[in-house]
Amino acid sequence: MKREDTIPMDGLPEMKSERDADAVLLANQVEKTYPNGTHALDRVRLQIGRGEFVSLLGPSGCGKSTLLKMFAGLETPSAGQIRWWGGSMATVNTPGRTLAMVFQEATLMPWARVADNVRLPLDLAKLPREHSMPRVQKALDLVGLGKFGDVYPRELSGGMQMRASIARALATEPNVLLMDEPFGALDEFTRNKLDADLRALWAERDLTVVFVTHSIYEAVYLSSRVVVMAARPGRIIADVPIEGPLVRDEDFRVSAQFLGYCKQLSDLLTAANTGHAH
Amino acid sequence: MNSPSKKPLLSDPRMQRIAAPLMVGAVLLLLWQALCTAFEVPVYLVPTPAAIFKTLVADWSLLAGALLVTLKITFLAFALAVIIGVAAAFLFVQSKLVEASLFPYAILLQVTPIVAIAPLIIIWVKTPIIALTICATMMALFPIISNTVLGLRSVNLGLLNLFRLNRATRWQTLVRLRIPSALPSFFGGLRISCGMSLIGAVVAEFVAGTGGTGTGLAYQILQAGFELNIPRLFAALLMITVTGVLLFGLMVTLSRMVLSRWHESEME
Repeated sequence: MKREDTIPMDGLPEMKSERDADAVLLANQVEKTYPNGTHALDRVRLQIGRGEFVSLLGPSGCGKSTLLKMFAGLETPSAGQIRWWGGSMATVNTPGRTLAMVFQEATLMPWARVADNVRLPLDLAKLPREHSMPRVQKALDLVGLGKFGDVYPRELSGGMQMRASIARALATEPNVLLMDEPFGALDEFTRNKLDADLRALWAERDLTVVFVTHSIYEAVYLSSRVVVMAARPGRIIADVPIEGPLVRDEDFRVSAQFLGYCKQLSDLLTAANTGHAH
Repeated sequence: MNSPSKKPLLSDPRMQRIAAPLMVGAVLLLLWQALCTAFEVPVYLVPTPAAIFKTLVADWSLLAGALLVTLKITFLAFALAVIIGVAAAFLFVQSKLVEASLFPYAILLQVTPIVAIAPLIIIWVKTPIIALTICATMMALFPIISNTVLGLRSVNLGLLNLFRLNRATRWQTLVRLRIPSALPSFFGGLRISCGMSLIGAVVAEFVAGTGGTGTGLAYQILQAGFELNIPRLFAALLMITVTGVLLFGLMVTLSRMVLSRWHESEME
């Protein structure tokens, strides 16, 4: 893996954003105003570098999901630009510049077996079966569903369905993974487990992740950087780099460092909300 | 509590589904037979089940021939309704404008009583069997159109976004997403429509008074009524009903075969 040669041997706190300076994504003065006058996003400026794990953290209505959908090209900004690798959305999904997205729900096709679900993006790209099948199996193995390719989605638990959804995104071997509150509907134990697996997955490959969440703990645990957003209008109020070990175990969740970040982010969110209370 | 082996047969839900209605039917038939015999009801008013069964056997060749004619019209109409209905549904979901322009006329098809326009169609179309098929098709068409449109539209938005994100073509989205999503409600449409095509075939023949060269079950009912051959009337009626139930059962089985692996409505 490309990243491994840059991992500090002494296990010092990581700051991937500084290490990989080349911008993957640039949002410049992005705004979103709906026809009914709702100002969903106000002049958002955000740069994300290669290999970062960036969380967009904020309360409901702060436009974090809208912003992520714009990154994916599923929504268009009312003003401002979004540049991927310095180009427009049209340059995305050329080799070395691929996006994949994981939604709030697993969004699996109920009529297709898990392996067929995971293979869907490869089928849509008309990749021949003999090339796609090994990639599907590899992706399923990565998320711990190696033995579940032949079952139907309804036979899986909520957490396993989400894993299948992540496998589907990984099967395309994306450079960037966009995740829209993927674990929001899961119970805390399942969520923590999936967070840990996702963090490990990211740590061992050249992958940039943009992760939307409203959980402070999840954001701190996962991210190399947390972008804090506030609502009415949706905007960025802080950009907090998270230092910590590259491989984060359960001990990290109770470390003073972890709790310190949680306090800092919580204070930022509280200040933004009380400052704009009506 | 009973041990599983000692459980009465009827506590098995599968047995219940088959055995319970059969037992109700048997009890009703026995009651019918007993009442007719006890009160000496004349056969031209209400024949006993035994008399109906005797007629069914005696007139089998006549009735079976009529059944074949009715079945031919029913299946032709059903097949046409499926083909036309699915094609119309695909057309409707292609654009809002097409749907807005044509859907009111599809509803017109549904609300017009078939007995009111059947005489016209029978006048316009010379070949009786074609005229009857048109009438039956008109009855069977709407459930297919409306259910297929509903199905094609009820696509999971997240999946639609996923297809967009992966730059799926219109064709890929149709084949891999819209059609599978539409299957459950399409099969719902089939269940209604198969019965409608049978009713349409019978009603149209009632209006026409004849099925042309070969005559169907409706003609047999009319004729038996004129001749006061009430057992034969009942026998013909019984054949129509049984055909309807069998057709429905066929659709249920078909739908279960296709959907049972993934759709909630067909799970045991």
